Amino acid sequence: MFELLGISPQALFGQLLIGLINGAFYAMLSLGLAVIFGLLNIINFCHGALYMMGAFVAYLALQHLGLGYWPSLIVAPVVVGAFGMMLERTMLRHLYKLDHIYGLLLTFGLALVIEGVFRNEFGASGLPYGIPPTLSGGQNLGFMFLPNYRAWVIVASLGVCLATWYVIERTKLGAYLRAATENPTLVQAFGINVPRMITLTYGLGVALAALAGVLAAPIYQVSPLMGSNLIIVVFAVVVIGGMGSILGSIVTGFTLGVVEGLTKVFYPEASSTVIFIIMAIVLLIRPTGLFGRAH
Amino acid sequence: MRGVKSVKALGLAAAVALAAGTAQAQVSDGVIKIGVLTDMSSLYTDLAGAGSVVAAKMAVEDFGAAAKGMKVEIVSADHQNKPDVGSAIARQWYDADKVDVIVDVPNSGVALAVNEVTREKNKVFLVSGAASSALTGDKCSPNTIHWTYDTWALANGTGRAIVKTGGDTWFFITADYAFGHQLEADTSAVVKEMGGKVLGAVRAPLNTPDFSSFLLQAQASKAKIVGLANAGGDTVNSIKQASEFGIVKGGQNLAGLLVFLTDVHSLGLPVAQGLIFTEAWYWDMNDANRAFAAKFAPQDKGIHPTMIHAGVYSAVTHYLKAIEQAKNDTDGKAVVAKMKSMPTDDKLFGKGTIRADGRHIHDMYLFEVKKPDESKKPWDYYKLRATIPAAEAFRPVDKGNCPLTKS
Repeated sequence: MFELLGISPQALFGQLLIGLINGAFYAMLSLGLAVIFGLLNIINFCHGALYMMGAFVAYLALQHLGLGYWPSLIVAPVVVGAFGMMLERTMLRHLYKLDHIYGLLLTFGLALVIEGVFRNEFGASGLPYGIPPTLSGGQNLGFMFLPNYRAWVIVASLGVCLATWYVIERTKLGAYLRAATENPTLVQAFGINVPRMITLTYGLGVALAALAGVLAAPIYQVSPLMGSNLIIVVFAVVVIGGMGSILGSIVTGFTLGVVEGLTKVFYPEASSTVIFIIMAIVLLIRPTGLFGRAH
Repeated sequence: MRGVKSVKALGLAAAVALAAGTAQAQVSDGVIKIGVLTDMSSLYTDLAGAGSVVAAKMAVEDFGAAAKGMKVEIVSADHQNKPDVGSAIARQWYDADKVDVIVDVPNSGVALAVNEVTREKNKVFLVSGAASSALTGDKCSPNTIHWTYDTWALANGTGRAIVKTGGDTWFFITADYAFGHQLEADTSAVVKEMGGKVLGAVRAPLNTPDFSSFLLQAQASKAKIVGLANAGGDTVNSIKQASEFGIVKGGQNLAGLLVFLTDVHSLGLPVAQGLIFTEAWYWDMNDANRAFAAKFAPQDKGIHPTMIHAGVYSAVTHYLKAIEQAKNDTDGKAVVAKMKSMPTDDKLFGKGTIRADGRHIHDMYLFEVKKPDESKKPWDYYKLRATIPAAEAFRPVDKGNCPLTKS
């Protein structure tokens, strides 16, 4: 049957694996978006720009401080997360009571500003960032050559996704967070500092984006445009998964990565469109997304 | 066609005669307005973009326009790689803003659209950034000159060199728009002509971040050569990821069909070393080029000039020379005819000619990217493998199917 479609089973497995790897990035980015939307009600359009900042912090840390890849995995999310918290404190928190559209406009504007600043400073064609020596090379799996670094990306992304899901859905801290979004006044009455918690949550979402940026740096060019190339797809992933649904964004991220990968084999011209076709269909059939609940 | 030509010649003669008494009177509103239409925000920004504006300004300065009493103004805009945006800007420039000539326009899709608008409005279009050989082929226009390079020249230079050294089976990863298709078609033709075989091709959407899926298909094809019929960020990402997936270690070789200096800079020599490709110009080839680069780089964030920047400089210089002699910038066809009638000569491209189909003819070069230890200074990236003489570098004028060359 596979041969009928013009592709051998070996090649198909290879493409499935590649799809999973790309899905890992979609999952990590859409996870951050889902956390921020679910708990803050902000459509964080500057997520792509913050992902790009994560990659740039890694690049600059290597160039100017001699910090390699592994420390950057910690440093970049912390730095960019702090930057995100500053954004939240100074700008975003004024918008919580307003319509979604205001948050969307503000963050979209921020994305353009951040990207513009980086493009002006570093140009558009990108900067090189090597694969860490411990992860260079790859394994021959028989049906494909799997670069070690890509394998690491899947593992790291799955780990981070599951940890985030666990913290928010299964721990006491997560319970506070969810309660705070449900009824902030009541939670505050119990003596919990809700505004600070919201700031930290936004910081966490942003840090996830920055972490994805560091993971992406050795694969893609560290370029001011890397975020905008990805963010629209990631938004589609969030919409398909159901706005604000954490598990939904993880599952959808990986699934759509695979779907996109398969499209690249059977009809590559459509590979940049297929996700939006699925989004349109899902919105028609289930307007709240696959995992979303109607409010 | 002969009749049309002689009418054109008459018109030109009349214009020159009229202008003789009133030196600048025929230059529309006394100002020669040059519009640099380029990519200011996306993947071609560094290889053209703001640098093309710098190059145009340097051409005007070096020409000494002010001292000669010519008023030249430069405007620029971002076409966002969208043909509709590009042609809308071109219309506005020609109709409302009195722009006389549009230069650069990287992205063949946009260039082909501007080509038609320029023909309709009878202005001048000097192409440096775009690659499609259709601009001097079946889409050729009496208002357009294609200056720096084209897909045929790239295919011919790189394709020929690679097939000669044994790379006779090819698989293409092609950018899915006018330019990529043309580059793939032109290269396939060269490969087949030389007795090689094309095993397959895959069309990747423009601005794809991840090429691994396409690279796996290339790997599975077992072709000796993976031809990258793309440009800018797409080329950079495909080369970088090809090294990650061990394409070259697995015995296949990459052929970057369109690689720019800025791409090599962005990849870094450890990844880019050994790549072979064809270009029209390199900054470190002679003293004139080095002097140009030294003056150019500080004005463009340290980016050293690419062949596109040099082409903008050279084309604008020749345009100003033609205007100086014709004393007329209102009739685009007449200006282009004048430009074709004069041999070209400037410090960057040296001596050359412009053919009836609008193709600027000059030498092309086959370069190889240096190994990291061969590079002695910043931006020291290429070594020259071969010079492709002007007579062989471009598609023969009778093979292009350009209506202008048929009488």
